[in-house]
Amino acid sequence: MLKVENLVVRYGMIEAIKNISFEVRDGEIVTLIGANGAGKTTTMQTISGLLKPASGAVYLDGTDITKIPPHKIVTMGLAQVPEGRRVFAQQTVLENLELGAYYRKDKNGIAEDMKNVFELFPRLEERKTQLAGTLSGGEQQMLAMGRALMAKPKIMLMDEPSMGLSPLLVKEIFRIIEDINQRGTTVLLVEQNAKMALAVADRAYVLETGKITLEGTGAELAASEQVRKAYLGG
Amino acid sequence: MAFLSYLISGLGLGSVYAIIALGYSMVYGIAKMLNFAHGDIIMAGAYAAFFAMTAAGMPLLAAALISMVICTLLGVTIERLAYKPLRQASSLSVLITAIGVSYFLQNASQLMFGSDTKIFPSVLSGSFSLFNGRLSVSYLSVLTIVICVVIMSVLTLFINKTKTGKAMRACSEDKGAAVLMGINVDAIISITFAIGSGLAAIAAILLCATYPSVYPTLGSMPGIRAFTAAVFGGIGSIPGAFLGGLMLGIIETLAKAYISTQLSDAIVFAVLIIVLLIRPTGLLGKKVSVKV
Ligand SMILES: Nc1ncnc2c1ncn2[C@@H]1O[C@H](COP(=O)(O)OP(=O)(O)O)[C@@H](O)[C@H]1O
Ligand SMILES: [Mg+2]
Repeated sequence: MLKVENLVVRYGMIEAIKNISFEVRDGEIVTLIGANGAGKTTTMQTISGLLKPASGAVYLDGTDITKIPPHKIVTMGLAQVPEGRRVFAQQTVLENLELGAYYRKDKNGIAEDMKNVFELFPRLEERKTQLAGTLSGGEQQMLAMGRALMAKPKIMLMDEPSMGLSPLLVKEIFRIIEDINQRGTTVLLVEQNAKMALAVADRAYVLETGKITLEGTGAELAASEQVRKAYLGG
Repeated sequence: MAFLSYLISGLGLGSVYAIIALGYSMVYGIAKMLNFAHGDIIMAGAYAAFFAMTAAGMPLLAAALISMVICTLLGVTIERLAYKPLRQASSLSVLITAIGVSYFLQNASQLMFGSDTKIFPSVLSGSFSLFNGRLSVSYLSVLTIVICVVIMSVLTLFINKTKTGKAMRACSEDKGAAVLMGINVDAIISITFAIGSGLAAIAAILLCATYPSVYPTLGSMPGIRAFTAAVFGGIGSIPGAFLGGLMLGIIETLAKAYISTQLSDAIVFAVLIIVLLIRPTGLLGKKVSVKV
């Protein structure tokens, strides 16, 4: 589904991503865990085309998307839930969801997906005429996820969806991520919350200052001494 | 009665400012830049309409259409050539570039059309009287106000109801997130410049119908006043541009009538400063929302 090969990304002179390679196979939940500043967001933004790599390539279903502008990558079935949610605060919940389906022309399909999103997030339906800026943090995260789903993605990238949420909400968000995956969407999840991420992930990679230092199944990494020490608090 | 008559001509003038202010405000709202060359697009529109009517002998409406097409193309071209390469640059670089574009347009028109003042053909003159002839209202004032209200309503509907309008609002809030929705931000910015510049052409004709002289720096003063109006109303806000423009036109006209012609600009700016001291975001400007 998604293949990242020898990716190098720079901010001016700073090399934020130092030659990483990984892949996400059809139907998987793959997680990239790492501390603050490890390069998780940089990786996500490079995959979705917001940043251009210095070298290396990103393949989506075998197509090199490295040079494709970001607004076209969405139409190829890759949606991103950005770090910090970034919902359109001045627009209503409904308008945000409609923007998620911006590139689509299939009215019936859009209506169908809207129904599915409301099924997944009943709270969004209750608040659909409300401005997104007036939602709570958890609700905004749900909106950001619903909005990405409206693009009908084959693969969904999520950048720290649990950030700043209460433990109860974090649990709910992760349950929904599994639900989304079971309904057929491949997921690439970036998290600082290693414990939860490894629990839902089929496979995982550890990112440390721009390099991948470990990889394995979610269970393997959760059991690994190194990961336990660095990310799971002992 | 005199007051009422000043009020109406103030509303007329203010409507022109509002139409120009809209261009500033929309471009600011979406491209997050002050297009200092906006006033000079008005100048280009005035020359275009002038030559269409005098050299080509076109009727007003056709000349207006030509002028709109030329301004739209000019605005979009300027954005592509001068501003687009600076998308990642600091806002100071963009501002300096915009000032450069402004001088470039003024000098180019001086080179092409000469620095002499050309007299715009008399259009839309005449007036009608109300209250048994005690109040005389020019057709031009009424027409200007009507055009301004129509533009404002159509634009508000466009921004709120159409897909492109919603994409514009999304770009204005967060371009990075807008791109992730599949919105072509460059295209949206082009559309914004096209609309703003097309409106500048309409303003040019309304302006020349009131002050019938066409010269290379014609756009500067109305540009600056309309920019003031946009800031006054809350830059980035469409109703703000409308309100700011009308207020500015009325204040300017009343100041000229009752206080002093020379001081009118000083009074206008004094009011602006007071408003901004009380409400830094302008009358209808959005409060900067703090994200948690
Ligand atoms: N816009 C930027 N300009 C310069 N450096 C940046 C920028 N964004 C991120 N960085 C740097 O790149 C590194 C990786 O950042 P990021 O991808 O945001 O990490 P993470 O998402 O894992 O917290 C950090 O050292 C950060 O300081
Ligand atoms: Mg991050």
